Amino acid sequence: MDTPVVKKKLGLKERYTAMTRGLAWDTTYQPMDKVFPYDRYEGIKIHDWDKWEDPFRLTMDAYWKYQGEKEKKLYAVIEAFAQNNGQLGVTDARYINALKLFIQGVTPLEYAAHRGFAHVGRHFTGAGARVAAQMQSIDELRHFQTETHAISHYNKYFNGIHNSAEWYQRVWYLSVPKSFFEDAMSAGPFEFLTAVSFSFEYVLTNLLFVPFMSGAAHNGDLSTVTFGFSAQSDESRHMTLGIECIKFMLEQDPDNVPIVQRWIDKWFWRGYRLLTLVAMMQDYMLPKRVMSWKEAWEMYAEENGGALFRDLARYGIREPAGWKEACEGKDHISHQAWNTFYNYAAAAPFHTWVPNDDEMTWLSQKYPDSFDRLYRPRLEHFRTEQQHGRRFYNTTLPMLCTTCQIPMVFTEPGDPTRICYRQSTYLGDKYHFCSDGCKHVFDGEPEKYVQSWLPVHQIYQGHCFKEGTDPTREGFDPLAAVLDWYGINVGRDNFDFEGSEDQKNFAAWRGSATANADSKNPAGDTA
Amino acid sequence: MQADHTGTEATRSKVFIAFQDNEESRAVIEAVLADNTEATAAYAPGLVKIDCPGRLVIRRESIEEITGQPYNLQQIQINLVTLSGHVNEDDDEFSLSWGR
Repeated sequence: MDTPVVKKKLGLKERYTAMTRGLAWDTTYQPMDKVFPYDRYEGIKIHDWDKWEDPFRLTMDAYWKYQGEKEKKLYAVIEAFAQNNGQLGVTDARYINALKLFIQGVTPLEYAAHRGFAHVGRHFTGAGARVAAQMQSIDELRHFQTETHAISHYNKYFNGIHNSAEWYQRVWYLSVPKSFFEDAMSAGPFEFLTAVSFSFEYVLTNLLFVPFMSGAAHNGDLSTVTFGFSAQSDESRHMTLGIECIKFMLEQDPDNVPIVQRWIDKWFWRGYRLLTLVAMMQDYMLPKRVMSWKEAWEMYAEENGGALFRDLARYGIREPAGWKEACEGKDHISHQAWNTFYNYAAAAPFHTWVPNDDEMTWLSQKYPDSFDRLYRPRLEHFRTEQQHGRRFYNTTLPMLCTTCQIPMVFTEPGDPTRICYRQSTYLGDKYHFCSDGCKHVFDGEPEKYVQSWLPVHQIYQGHCFKEGTDPTREGFDPLAAVLDWYGINVGRDNFDFEGSEDQKNFAAWRGSATANADSKNPAGDTA
Repeated sequence: MQADHTGTEATRSKVFIAFQDNEESRAVIEAVLADNTEATAAYAPGLVKIDCPGRLVIRRESIEEITGQPYNLQQIQINLVTLSGHVNEDDDEFSLSWGR
């Protein structure tokens, strides 16, 4: 009998090589350039795709194993949450408005990322990059699904969660995240990776998924913290992919350095503007707060991003243009954004409110240089007006920034009392911007941004009414017609939290949760 | 921020890793704190964040000594929340560092 041959088990690195690089081949009956038409036209020079490394070295078999375990854990929590009426255990119904923003503005981005990575995963000539992008595409689809499943439980009990897919296409502030991803997806594959894997995932997603999700835990929302952390554990792979693809481009050819720097400048600024929503969620929408936006910015952007850019200095990469302005903005953007949504709460499918006294004290402590001086007086004025039955709703339409699509509400660097306005002229038309950063992005590719779908312009052009609407008829109410086109239930999804159906229902349900009320009919309705 | 030509400032920048604050993470956190003398742990609701200047290493053997069970380092994926720095991973060690 032959001596049995002991098969040597492959180590992690060898196994990864065997399971990825071996999957590629050069085409023979069609030229490679024709099969892979996209990965050269941006000017990025790649000499050796085999130098690409996916640092986590996760092969498909291991990927399914660990992702499967994560899913089991997550769905066990979601199931328990639903069975135990977990929605009654959150701190306050105001908190749910953060989830509304999440399902409206963040979850659709997961789907867009899934599409984007499926596209670039098909189009890179290098096998390592293709495998990494395809796994990420599956991750992003998973995030879209788990977030939708987890938040759909809240949709049974609260308003403003029933129509997020259509809102993402139509509602004014959702054009901000939508335009970010459409800009990235309509760029070339290397710019897409710089935009999403590097600038968004590496430099900025920690700010979204870590303190906000920790905040969900703090506010008793176990299902959200679990989907958040489950998604974020995938993000940590995506972040390493982001660094890897930047280093790969920089190491392949010195000609790539200025191209990559230009993309870093552009996408850092676009990502920073997009995260304004998160700043506001953290400072104003979590009844129990974990850390301020400013503290999160210092921890994840200044300290972590700072370390990253010190590291990239050896390639000749500097910190992104606009970095200084973004750091200055940590004292202001959450307040400026909340003020804007407070103003436009008639036209948004979630509720806003003036923070209570305790919350204002917290904001003063966290923002000693800006809150009491600049933002408290305005909030106190709003509160007085509201208490006298004069809750203010702005019904005019703001000028939007052509690049980030946010209303032009941000202030001048160095002077937070003056609104920042910039403009450029292109082919005889004037375009408006909220900042030097956004103007700079436009000036780099005006032919792209003149095509922006700007909600306010579209409303004025009559494109945001239901078919058959006659804006010339007497007594025509344009706001009502736009809200009708959005599919917003006026009086339920919008206006102030104070007096809302969400507020009344939650109080009634909570009452029944701690007393011997009829759980099927907690409000005691007799109808 | 200054461009750093010597590499020392960059390589001493902090790296971090954060885990869900649960029973499965406990042994990993204990091992990391024992193996990296400069590492510090900060607890926030639901998560533990470990910062370390320069380099942080997670060793399979140290986790196995604590739990008495075999451990595959790729299992950290399940309870991982986030990290920072360049990753280097093989069957025995998972490390994070700057300046690679």
